[in-house]
Amino acid sequence: MTLLLALITGLFYAAGIYLLLRRSLVKVIFGIMFLGHAANMLIFSTGRLTKGAPAFVPEGAQALVEPFADPLPQALILTAIVIGFGLQAFAIVLFRRSFEELGTDDVDAMRTTDRIDGGES
Amino acid sequence: MHSLILSTSSRYLLVLLQLFSVFLLLRGHNEPGGGFAGGLVAAAAYALYFIANGVEEARRVFRFEPLTVVVAGLGVALASTLPSILGGMEFMQSVWGNTGIPVIGKVGTPLLFDVGVYLLVLGITLKIVFSLAGEDEP
Amino acid sequence: MNLLVALPILLPLVTALVMLPFRERPGVQRGLGLGASLAQAAVAVALLSRVYAGGILTLQAGGWAAPFGITLVADLLSAVMVAATALIGLTTSIYSLGSIDREQERFFFHPLMQLLLVGINGAFLTGDLFNLYVWFEVMLISSFVLLALGGSPRQLEGSVKYVTINLLSSAIFLSAVGILYGVAGTLNMADLSARLPMIEQRDLLSVVAVLLLVTFGVKAAIFPLFFWLPASYHTPPVAVSAIFAGLLTKVGVYAIMRVFTTVFTGPESEAIFRILLWIAPLTMVVGVLGAAAQYDLRKLLSFHIVSQIGYMLFAIAIQSPLAIAGGLFYIVHNIVAKTSLFYISGIVRHKSGAFQLKKIGGLYSTEPLLAALFLVSALALAGIPPLSGFWAKLMVIRAGLESGHYFVTAAALAVSLLTLFSMTKIWNEAFWKDDPGVVSSTDEAHGNGRTALLYLPVVMLCGVIVFFGLSFEPVYELSARAAGQLLDVESYRNAVLGGGL
Repeated sequence: MTLLLALITGLFYAAGIYLLLRRSLVKVIFGIMFLGHAANMLIFSTGRLTKGAPAFVPEGAQALVEPFADPLPQALILTAIVIGFGLQAFAIVLFRRSFEELGTDDVDAMRTTDRIDGGES
Repeated sequence: MHSLILSTSSRYLLVLLQLFSVFLLLRGHNEPGGGFAGGLVAAAAYALYFIANGVEEARRVFRFEPLTVVVAGLGVALASTLPSILGGMEFMQSVWGNTGIPVIGKVGTPLLFDVGVYLLVLGITLKIVFSLAGEDEP
Repeated sequence: MNLLVALPILLPLVTALVMLPFRERPGVQRGLGLGASLAQAAVAVALLSRVYAGGILTLQAGGWAAPFGITLVADLLSAVMVAATALIGLTTSIYSLGSIDREQERFFFHPLMQLLLVGINGAFLTGDLFNLYVWFEVMLISSFVLLALGGSPRQLEGSVKYVTINLLSSAIFLSAVGILYGVAGTLNMADLSARLPMIEQRDLLSVVAVLLLVTFGVKAAIFPLFFWLPASYHTPPVAVSAIFAGLLTKVGVYAIMRVFTTVFTGPESEAIFRILLWIAPLTMVVGVLGAAAQYDLRKLLSFHIVSQIGYMLFAIAIQSPLAIAGGLFYIVHNIVAKTSLFYISGIVRHKSGAFQLKKIGGLYSTEPLLAALFLVSALALAGIPPLSGFWAKLMVIRAGLESGHYFVTAAALAVSLLTLFSMTKIWNEAFWKDDPGVVSSTDEAHGNGRTALLYLPVVMLCGVIVFFGLSFEPVYELSARAAGQLLDVESYRNAVLGGGL
């Protein structure tokens, strides 16, 4: 199971980076999403996969006994998902607006602010 | 695209999903659920309604401006820290009521915080959905 | 209970919240913004003096003891950064009164500015690596919206670049945090610094260190990760680009400083410092050479941001107490001088109608006060005595010589000459030469006629620059103590973890 999770995480990273390197903004946003999910799955797998084990100290005991579940990674992932959700939603709105204003979604065409004579203000 | 089946069923689903979202919100402290999940379900209910009936109709049914809900949510969440400040405890320490209320269960500042999160998530999600759907400002 | 530590975060958050319903009442928003910035300054001064007198302050949210809860820590370094943020927040809220138009205010300029300050202060005060990520994102989301405020095509193009690179760096940060948690089992900075030396998987720790350097490096615009900065910082309204120029990159530098001295203490941070010793001169040189080619005022200044970051990296990489003190002083000086220069660029635009140096001129005769203020800020940036930049550079260069990094020190001196050359170029083109009369002399689009409100913040910042320069002793004292405290990881750990564990 851990191996499967590791493979999927790696696949997500690869897909994310590949899409991020494409010229179309639509693919870029998909790449960013994949990268975010890959990072979340990475955190998930670092919490160690335990099945049916509680995260609490049993009654009468002084400390946790193996195997126990670690709830913190899931809290971290939840936070990261919320944040990623907000950022990606904004990015989608922004990319759509810039497609409408600039008339292109090709990142190679977006060079005016980099040019010395460009970006007249 | 208008589907009669979807638009009819979405009207009933809207109510049911809202009830379910409140259920999730209230059981969240000790069981799976909570303000975030509840808020998302509530927002999904309106999103479904918008898909079935269009954005104008969904706005009308929601009644509030999504940003107002966001403000209310943040305000409630911040207000839940007040008892700890006024009571001279550590910042954000939870304060619980002594007796539980039937159905809702024990009441305390964490529940208040959760209600704030619920409203915040609902408001932000709908703001995003509505502004992506309509052609208004970002 | 140390609520004071949380106030720099809570105050702007509450202000933003109260502002939001007043979308159609800009007067109320302006008043609230100004009032909140003044209160923020008072809070920052109180925090700084309490930390200076009584040592590190901590706040454990919810009463959950570290390392289990959310911890806020204010040591001298954090307190100084919060104070600098408050100063820039105050001046920007004054400057925006005279420069932000009605339309931008309707798109929540004032609440977003407060939200930006929430994120920046949170990043300075947090004692937990994951919370640092969260505060970064708070800062980012408000900076995204501020950058696109108004939505002209150029702004959108700049925003696309800024947003994409920052989302990428967020994903890298998150991955680093995930691996670190898997290795160490904690993310509290104090707890990490105690546990990391005992961890056997050193390879993984090296990976984490490099990933963190990359992600903070993107934020701080170090070589070779700086390309987004000159591509986007010249597009938004001047008030926005000024606060970005002053504060955002320094949050990245602060994070590098904090993580590689407090959290990583072993061979990993030494390796990072060896890398930084290469990156620092490259950042300085590339930045200043990029600036030499530019004729757009704000773009030129944007490249100088990059160049100045190199000095701070150099100071961090040396790691001696003098270098850290110098680096801290350099950060504060640079925040003040850079923001002031960006404000000035806005006034230049307001008075002469363009940012393009070739199209403007003659400001020396028409605006002597502006010329004087520009000279103070520009010479401070270049490091001319007796202004603040001179002392900051002197400390860094002295530390460089003492530690035997002659090559980097030489680069730093050469770059400071080139900086002076760049500033002279602005002086010659904008102030000295005759107005070529290409553009109409006043520009109604920028500013709303309240020119005094544009000048006031620049005068305040120039006052700070001169004050730093003339009364160097107490400033040195403060930064030396902050550096001493930063390098004494043991006391940080004890303050956060309470000496137990």
